[in-house]
Amino acid sequence: MAHDSGGKSFELKAMLRDERFWKIAFQVITLIVVLALLSFFLGNLNRNLIQQGRAFSFNFLLSQAGFSIGESLIQYRPNDPYWRALMVGLGNTLTLVAGGIALTTLLGVVAGVASFSKNWLLHKLSRLYVGLVRNIPLLLQLFFWYFAIYGALPRPEEQINVLGLAFLNNRGVYIPWASSAVLAVLGIAATVGAAIAALWLWQWRTKIRIDTGVGGQAQLTALAVLGLVWLAIITLGMNWTVPEGVEGGGVTGGLRLSREYVAALSALVFYTSAFVAEIVRAGIQSVSKGQWEAARTLGLNAGMVMRLVVFPQAMRVIIPPMNSEYMNLTKNTSLAFAIAFPEMYSIATTTYNQTGRPVEVFVVLIATYLILCLLITLVMNQLNRTVQLKER
Amino acid sequence: MTSATPDSFSSARPDAITLGPVAWAKKNLFSDWFNSVLTVVIVTTFGSGLFRLVSWALTTAQWGAIPNNFGLFMTGTFPSALYPRIWALLAIVCGLAGLSWGVLGRNVSTLFSRSVLIGLAVVCAFIILFPPTRPSSLKLLPMVALVAVAAAAGRQVARKFPGVGQLLSLAWFLSYFVALWLIGGGLGLTRVSTNDWGGLVLTLFTAVSGIALCFPLGLLLALGRRSALPIVRWLSTGYIELVRGVPLVALLFMGQVMIPLFLPLGSRPDRILRAIIALALFSAAYLAENVRAGLQAVPRGQNEAAASLGLNTPMTLGFIVLPQALKIAIPAIVGQFISLFQDTTLLSIVGLAELLGIGKSILANPTYLGRYAEVYLFLAVIFWFFCYAMSLASRKIEEKLNTDH
Repeated sequence: MAHDSGGKSFELKAMLRDERFWKIAFQVITLIVVLALLSFFLGNLNRNLIQQGRAFSFNFLLSQAGFSIGESLIQYRPNDPYWRALMVGLGNTLTLVAGGIALTTLLGVVAGVASFSKNWLLHKLSRLYVGLVRNIPLLLQLFFWYFAIYGALPRPEEQINVLGLAFLNNRGVYIPWASSAVLAVLGIAATVGAAIAALWLWQWRTKIRIDTGVGGQAQLTALAVLGLVWLAIITLGMNWTVPEGVEGGGVTGGLRLSREYVAALSALVFYTSAFVAEIVRAGIQSVSKGQWEAARTLGLNAGMVMRLVVFPQAMRVIIPPMNSEYMNLTKNTSLAFAIAFPEMYSIATTTYNQTGRPVEVFVVLIATYLILCLLITLVMNQLNRTVQLKER
Repeated sequence: MTSATPDSFSSARPDAITLGPVAWAKKNLFSDWFNSVLTVVIVTTFGSGLFRLVSWALTTAQWGAIPNNFGLFMTGTFPSALYPRIWALLAIVCGLAGLSWGVLGRNVSTLFSRSVLIGLAVVCAFIILFPPTRPSSLKLLPMVALVAVAAAAGRQVARKFPGVGQLLSLAWFLSYFVALWLIGGGLGLTRVSTNDWGGLVLTLFTAVSGIALCFPLGLLLALGRRSALPIVRWLSTGYIELVRGVPLVALLFMGQVMIPLFLPLGSRPDRILRAIIALALFSAAYLAENVRAGLQAVPRGQNEAAASLGLNTPMTLGFIVLPQALKIAIPAIVGQFISLFQDTTLLSIVGLAELLGIGKSILANPTYLGRYAEVYLFLAVIFWFFCYAMSLASRKIEEKLNTDH
């Protein structure tokens, strides 16, 4: 008997010393703690909601919203249901994200490449921009653009006319645009399609020239034709309307970008581009010096060295962090609600204020931003795969 | 006879070629036609922009909003009768900062080098000449002196007792609670409602609290995500990815509404506390990713060597892996702290009167109607100063911890 109990305690001791036991025990404890916390919180939530007489349900999305929205991509009237109001918000968020990503990429890459410029002024300017903008909060910059810059534009009666093509006043910016929304969408689709086709043609041509050393003339002709067709569609098919100033203030025709939209877009682009510029700079710096020197030895000029040798290699380092910058930009569009731009978050807050349903609105909001971020990640991962080092 | 003879080698650096101003401009600004065009375009556009900015700042701008509300900017609606407490807090921070400087610089040959002296002189001149700080310059100048004296004292002490650094860390830790006591009152001091906390004091307080909370949490999450235990890994990964996909403002705003719902009936934590919790929970997910990058950069051999020495998992992590991983991750971690500091501006959206919130309420005052540019520029300078100081500190720490040869 004595021997038996000694054996048992020995087994217990052995178990306590065994790392395998602790690995399982630790996970079980973690799981229990997390589950206990979750059930505590969710139980409280349930009790609190029942006490307020608002059991968890998404039915409110079907009831009438009753508030009007300043700008919208789709048809919306105040007696439409909440889900439609939220779709309007999503549409506005998407326009901000799309404009933001396009302009941020442009400005960020330019600023990043500019820091390698031989021109001392341009180099210093790029460094100054990054050092200044990254250290000032985005919300502050947003207010500055909205109140101090676009707010300081003249009233519609004294609006600024830019070359007869665009107008600026403190209600917004007016630019030339296609006469109808359908045409505008078609025009954008044609531009994107043409860009993809052109890229494909160019790669085809490069491949042929690498394989055979000659040819590619047919593809070049096709490219030229493509360019002409695109140009024809854009110039003639879009039925452009140019904004015209009205006597006594105001503008007719063209596209009005509201002051909220341009302020939000400017702040987001200006802020995020500073981070993108640093990413681009780090990416270019990661390309070894020998690559620059080898390219110069082959007789390429500075622009070609950057375009053909350095930048394609830098892309491998640049793309992964760009993903998180685009995600940040997407999430930061929610700040536009602080200047009353009716984007997703702003509509969601209004919905919460009217219905008093924080949990459901929060779920909708989280799901929307998670899906947006997921989509961006998917696209960027695809892009990442194409620029990665091709190894055997 | 052009071949180099051995005695012509010299280990000294080659003489730096100094260019005259004209040659310098030709090399850096006008090396070819493209550069020349760039230079001309930049000089004309930005020159005229700068000129307009300066002329606006000197003529049109009405800077009165800043000196008249300086107290508001610094402390919000904190009762002015209790300002001595804030001054005491500033004195404690200055003293500790000076001591830390002295202790960190104990091996430097002279603490007060020429550039440091110039910096101090600039700060003093600024305090005396800058209109908003001029009324309190009699209190601010002793603070500068305190920093200098504490630095000198700290250096002497640290040279005699090298272990004083840990004591200083403890002092910093305790100073947080002293700050809480001095701002909030209680224990013999008049209580100040959190509604009256505001301005720069609130910004710094929330930022420091958020940083102090999010660091351990982020560390745990990073370790969890790298863990070999599947349940821990899944939970950490799920948390990190979920939080990183949500805008902070949604977390903050809903945190104000939802945290009370998640707690037992009737318990309602203070709204500053709620904001700090939301801020820390949000930043922890990002910090975890930064720390994870650092952990991934530590070679696996380090783990294996530690295991072969008989260290168990917590010891391996604490003594071998984490010190190396954190050192690698310092720039990213400080970057995250900087963005947390900037994110405190979002508290103004949920109705807290931190710097930006105070700015908004001052702009709502009819006297200062339309003084947006002045107020926001002033706030931008403050934020820029603190963020830049943090990134500078990170660079210094990196240099100090750098053991590469």
